[in-house]
This record gives sequence, C-alpha cells and structure tokens, in this order.
Amino acid sequence: MSVNRRSFLKAAGLTTLSLAGGKALASESLKKPWIDSGGLKAKRWAMVIDLSKCREQEGCTACTDACHRVHNVPEFENEKHEVKWIWKEPFHNAFHEQEHEYTRDNIKHSKALVLCNHCDNPPCVRVCPTKATWKREEDGIVMMDWHRCIGCRYCVLACPYGSRSFNWRDPRDGIDEVQEDFPTRMKGVVEKCTFCEERLAKGLMPACVEACKEHALIFGDLDDPESEVRAILKERYTIRRKPALGTEPEVYYIV
Amino acid sequence: MYDGGKIIAGLIIFLALITFPIWYNVASGKANYRPDPKIVTTEKQCVEDVSYMKASHMDLLNEWRDMVVREGHRTHTAPSGRKFEASLSNTCMSCHSNKSEFCDECHDYMGVTPYCWDCHIEPKEGK
Repeated sequence: MSVNRRSFLKAAGLTTLSLAGGKALASESLKKPWIDSGGLKAKRWAMVIDLSKCREQEGCTACTDACHRVHNVPEFENEKHEVKWIWKEPFHNAFHEQEHEYTRDNIKHSKALVLCNHCDNPPCVRVCPTKATWKREEDGIVMMDWHRCIGCRYCVLACPYGSRSFNWRDPRDGIDEVQEDFPTRMKGVVEKCTFCEERLAKGLMPACVEACKEHALIFGDLDDPESEVRAILKERYTIRRKPALGTEPEVYYIV
Repeated sequence: MYDGGKIIAGLIIFLALITFPIWYNVASGKANYRPDPKIVTTEKQCVEDVSYMKASHMDLLNEWRDMVVREGHRTHTAPSGRKFEASLSNTCMSCHSNKSEFCDECHDYMGVTPYCWDCHIEPKEGK
C-alpha cells in the first residue's frame, strides 16, 4: 500500500492531536491523581481512639492543631465564642456515666479526646429543618452543608456530645493563617468535624489521624472485617460515649 | 393659567434636576462604559465554552456546589473530555487569580454582590 502525501499528513496531524490531547488529560490526573479514582472509599467510616496512648502525652494538641489549621477553625479567647472540631475534654465530662468514686486517679483526672461521633442514628440530623446536616448513606459520615445552614442551632441542642459549635462572631477574626483551599464559615453558621471528607475524597487520611505520632487515632472501614479498626475492636475492650442514648456513635475508645 | 411662566419654568428646572444623573453620565462618557474583565492565564480553554460561562457561570457554580457537597462527586468533565476538580477556590481561582479585575469587574457594574466570598477565600493578588 502506497502512502501519498495527503494521507500521510492526515495521519500525522491526527497523531499529534491525540498525543497533545492525551498529554493534557494525563497532566491533569498527574497533578490530582484522585480525580479518576475518587479517593478513599468505605461503607462505614469509624474511628478508634486509644486514650491510654493519648494520656501518656499530656498537653499534646497535635491532632487539634492539625485539624483546626486545615479547616480554618477560628480561635477566640472568650470561651463563649469557642469553635472546635476535635479537642480534649476532662474524662469526667466525656464519660460521666462510666466513672465512679473510685475510678483510677490517672484516668479520672485525665483528658479524653472528643469529636463528632458520626452517629448511626444522629439526633442532629433529625432536627435540622433545612437538611443542612445529613447522614451520607454511602459511608455514614454525618455531613454538613454550610451553604444551607440557617443558624437555628437546633442541632447544637440535639447533639448529646457537644460536638457542634456556633459561629457567634465572624470566624475570620480568629484565624491567623487562612488555608486558601478550604473555606471558612461565616457568622451565624454551625460547624463540626466532617471526618475530613474532603481529604478522603482526595485519597488522604483525616488530618488528625495523620498528625498523631503516637498512632492513638485509628481510622477505617467498620464494614470491612479486614480493616485495622475491626481488628482492634475484636482484640481490645472498647467503649463509646453515652451508649444508652441509642445514637450508636462510631467513635470507639480504648480506656 | 395663573403664573404660567413661573410654573413652566419651575417644571423645566425640576425636569433638568431629576434627569441630571442621565445627562451627567452621558456628558462624562460613563454611559458608554463597558466592563472589561481581564483574563490572566496561560490556559487556552475554560471548563465550559466561553459563551456558556459568560451567561451561566453562576448556574454552573450552584451545580458544582450541590454535586460536591451533597453528592460527593468532585470532578467536572469539560466538553473536551478533560477532567477538572469542581472547586471555586481550587479550580476557577487558580486561573482567574485576579478577582478584582475579573469577577468584580462585571459584578460591580451589574450591582451584584455574590456571597461566595463570605466563606470561600479569594486568592491574594500580587500587588
């Protein structure tokens, strides 16, 4: 078969085009590899917190700092304006029904790391009049849509764990270094931990899990019998906060 | 008509005063002003056709908002087949990093104040 000038040029042109197109496509997915894969997936995200490891590092705030930095969580001196996603709460407050007069001193006077429990049966979702907060059916994360929140604070009242904070002030006043790739909230909006769904979508573990050098925070798929969280739940005795309320929290604690 | 001259003169003065902003803008050339958003990027193609973006970027952004937040889909496929992260701050503003010369140019002219920036961070513009 002979190749004349015309058909050669046609083929050459097409090849160049497809190469250039392919390169453009490739460069995009090289920069953002998650764009094709869709990031980390699970049927039921859950967390185990090893308080025994956490207790050894008294005063450590690595997870809180990392979380609050990447999510533009403001810091205000006035306790009434406080906004928090993950923080240390006196053990007595976090687990008041699970301690007694003679609980070991080192536990009784310790602090427990707390965050949104991403309940299976979240009371905050039930009361939200605008569906600004809802439970994602595909992976169980209790999500927030800050676009839709009208600031009625029903969810703040409904949550038995105090996981939700209201922005009484413009949060930008309380942020030293704003992360440009994540929004802030505005005055009059409720916020809380979202299990870092924006990081999971990009194939990253939650910021707190990544920041904890003691590996006291373990995150994974509760639905997968092979996952690390399931292995720990099988091996160690774990408790949850306020189990009697029937909210079915998905943050488990090793005391 | 009693005092007809005074009334008509008064009416003329009244009309001149009330239409003053129109004359003023015509005389100063402001009436001919057209916003001219500046594009500072080496990219050749936006995530959709330019004509669509000009008319309906706000609809696309609303669509992206619901798609990303509520459905968890974070990719937008352009007509060329190229995939983009559906994100105002991370995709739109990475090309259109000059918000004051691009976004604000038309928004100010039209008198619209989108509330995107109440929460989403506008890129720092090199001064």
